[in-house]
Amino acid sequence: MSEPQIVLEAKGITKQFPGVLASDNVNFDLRKGEIHALLGENGAGKSTLMNLIYGLHRPDKGEIIVNGKQLDVQSPNDSIAAGIGMVHQHFMLIPVFTVAENVMLGDEVTKRGALDRVTVAEKITEISKQYGLDVDPNALVGPLPVGIQQRVEIVKTLYRNAEIVILDEPTAVLTPQEAEDLFRIMRDLTARGVSIIFITHKLKEVLAVADRITVMRAGRVINTVKPSETDSAQLANMMVGRQVILTVDKKDHEAHEDILKVEGLSVRDQRNLETVHNVSFTVRGGEVLGIAGVQGNGQTELSEALTGLRHPTSGKVTIDGNDLTGKSPRVITEAGLAHIPEDRQRHGLVLSYSVADNMVLCDYYHAPFSSRGVIQPKALDENSRKLINAFDVRTPSPFVNAGKLSGGNQQKVIVARELSRSNVKLVVANQPTRGLDVGSIEYIHSEIIKMRDRGVAVLLISAELDEIMALSDRIAVMYRGQIVAVVDAKKTTREQLGLWMAGAHVETV
Amino acid sequence: MQSEKQSNSLSRKILQAISDASLVPFLAILTAVVLGGIIIAFVGGNPFLAYRGLIEGSFGSTKALSETAVWATPYIFAGLAVALAFKGGLFNIGAEGQLAVGAVSSALIGYALPEWLGFSLPTIIHLPLAIIAGMLMGGIWAGIVGWLKAYTGGHEVINTIMMNYIALNTTSFLLNGVMKDRSPTNVIARTPLIDESARMPAIFEGLRVHWGFVLALFVAFFIWWLLNKTTLGFEIRTVGLNPDAAQYAGINVKRTIILTMVLSGMLAGLAGSIEVTGLNYRHELGFSIGYGFDAIAIALLGKSHPLGIVLSAFLFAAMRNGATRMQFLTQMPVDLISMIQALILLFVAADAIIRYIYRIKAKGERVVLTRGWGG
Ligand SMILES: Nc1ncnc2c1ncn2[C@@H]1O[C@H](COP(=O)(O)OP(=O)(O)OP(=O)(O)O)[C@@H](O)[C@H]1O
Ligand SMILES: [Mg+2]
Repeated sequence: MSEPQIVLEAKGITKQFPGVLASDNVNFDLRKGEIHALLGENGAGKSTLMNLIYGLHRPDKGEIIVNGKQLDVQSPNDSIAAGIGMVHQHFMLIPVFTVAENVMLGDEVTKRGALDRVTVAEKITEISKQYGLDVDPNALVGPLPVGIQQRVEIVKTLYRNAEIVILDEPTAVLTPQEAEDLFRIMRDLTARGVSIIFITHKLKEVLAVADRITVMRAGRVINTVKPSETDSAQLANMMVGRQVILTVDKKDHEAHEDILKVEGLSVRDQRNLETVHNVSFTVRGGEVLGIAGVQGNGQTELSEALTGLRHPTSGKVTIDGNDLTGKSPRVITEAGLAHIPEDRQRHGLVLSYSVADNMVLCDYYHAPFSSRGVIQPKALDENSRKLINAFDVRTPSPFVNAGKLSGGNQQKVIVARELSRSNVKLVVANQPTRGLDVGSIEYIHSEIIKMRDRGVAVLLISAELDEIMALSDRIAVMYRGQIVAVVDAKKTTREQLGLWMAGAHVETV
Repeated sequence: MQSEKQSNSLSRKILQAISDASLVPFLAILTAVVLGGIIIAFVGGNPFLAYRGLIEGSFGSTKALSETAVWATPYIFAGLAVALAFKGGLFNIGAEGQLAVGAVSSALIGYALPEWLGFSLPTIIHLPLAIIAGMLMGGIWAGIVGWLKAYTGGHEVINTIMMNYIALNTTSFLLNGVMKDRSPTNVIARTPLIDESARMPAIFEGLRVHWGFVLALFVAFFIWWLLNKTTLGFEIRTVGLNPDAAQYAGINVKRTIILTMVLSGMLAGLAGSIEVTGLNYRHELGFSIGYGFDAIAIALLGKSHPLGIVLSAFLFAAMRNGATRMQFLTQMPVDLISMIQALILLFVAADAIIRYIYRIKAKGERVVLTRGWGG
């Protein structure tokens, strides 16, 4: 075969949501055994296009052709039957079920009326071996790390004999190591003739693994290119429609007095294991302290203890001289904290509230948003319009439920709310740009630097070493619940940080 | 921005939202009524006559209307109680018990307070005291469950059921003992009549509908306002929808849970108080059997929206009230009404059936599964 066969073709797909044309006459094709990356700003319509192909929504116009046959998708059952599998931006697993139960869900195998877990487990093991996807069929899904949960999702699609696999932002939650594993799995899959649609915001990944790249903007396909014919800057330009500065431009910092002081802090997680041991550090006004580290080394518990979501077992936290150890989130917020939480849908938003309500989630109770216990809708409205404009949140109106926004725009709602609060002295930003497009990252980075230049102390926790390197003035490395090194950001290298993150011993700093 | 275009159609959107919200309950009622009709025909009755009887009996005359309103009053209060708890993410199955302790307390204040004080009280003082006593007792009763939930994690469903048993048995103990009506002719477990000064005046001469009904409508409006326009309502709803986000937002989740239960219990207690002060003028064992449980159905059918609750309380009241007339016209047993009510509830609760029958698409709301990260 000279020209690879086209396994999936979408022609003229159009989908109108209330207030947004999410898909505007889109043409898209996928060849056998290729990795086709889909790039685009937050809200460009990537997830929507995939949902249309997968049958979660029905297109207003257009047709989908799979292996030469027109596909009439009424529901995901039809697309699954046609060999399409999808791993969603939010996983769709049931936490209290085992891996095997989750995999067979919707396609249960029974023996004499009872679920036949053994046969399913065998088949899962077989798939695991074949594609190097290591999972234990009998493990409960809830406690599994996200990287493994994602594998379960992939196994689920393969179990249903998918030949076309859609991965919607699979790497956003993964550690770099887990991402490398995923890329290896993806290459194994394509080598066996599976075709993959891969959505991501990370240009490096796209250039590294994709065979072809399609860029979308505002519901339209802008272009399809080969990685060898393009580079990051050009891709960013196509996505956003303007020049994007991929490096952060910042002045030298002038550090002021200490704002956040953490002394001997120890924290236990919900399994009552101590995941933060005797940690001490300070963040001064006007500087960004980045906390680098492989996810799961205590960063989550550390930031929860600092922000009042979790009681530390010992130690002391002060903000601008006020002892706030173990105080409630309300007290800490009033003392000057702005907190961008790690899990946006769990802590940061109430999905069924409007954008306007979510933008006052922490401030609803004081003026101007309420007066004598009564909410002032006008103030909420004005506030949301102002923030929607300032932070370029793509939403048809302030009254739309936050859950209807694209993933990246949900994040922008939180960032806008937190960074716009007056009296902020300390920003704790945990994965602030997870799932954001390059344009939005550029914007949020510049906002964080602006806060810093105004004399605010910033504690940045991020799994992205690039982000840590770009924003931080000083970098602390966290390993197994301890801060193993604190260094001047200008005097270190990725390699050195990588070693520390992997547990290499540090003599002196 | 596109806001101008949006706001033009705002009123249309609101109408759309209302009809979206009430479509399933409406179709559930319709389906239950049709099915009920088929069953009536099947057992040899005339469904048209039966439903005519039902409508005549509930809305056909001033007296029928008045009686329907009388039935609807406790239904509205108790329905609001359950709905408020739902909004706060809590399932209050204990409205029945809260209602009973509320009724007993109101009755006690109603007949015994002047005696204790040694002088009589004017209505303007005595009546509010009696009502407040019932509300407080209902609030405390439910508040205990809220406290257990907040501080020990004890599930409110189990605990409200337990508290129901305690309430109903304590009531029975009191009504057979210290609070029993001592008049020589009385053999049943009931309190003495409350004083005239603790009774709610009738609205119209000769009809039983009392000011408690007007109060119920007012309270329904108040609860809507509380939930949607106040910071307390914002807190209750946030805790109900996403307790983690509520904690993040600085809301005191434990306090809000207790407060929600107390408010819910106060509404249920109010249902009991109003029955005593507005209608029966005493508490009698067994007078209220089922209000607290019907309230769950009413809250579900009304989608926990105060307006929806007023409407479904009316529906349930009309069915209860019209049943006698229906029985008279068709000789169908009154139990048939319970069956139709059960069918309505079944269809509302399992709305997938209704969506399937009428091919309504669920509005993009899927089951909550694990969230990878919220993208
Ligand atoms: N169910 C829905 N109802 C209304 N609007 C929706 C719905 N789903 C998506 N949209 C809108 O459609 C547009 C495209 O959203 P989509 O989720 O496809 O973006 P995306 O490209 O996946 O963005 P991201 O990178 O942030 O995930 C957005 O403006 C979004 O608000
Ligand atoms: Mg998306």
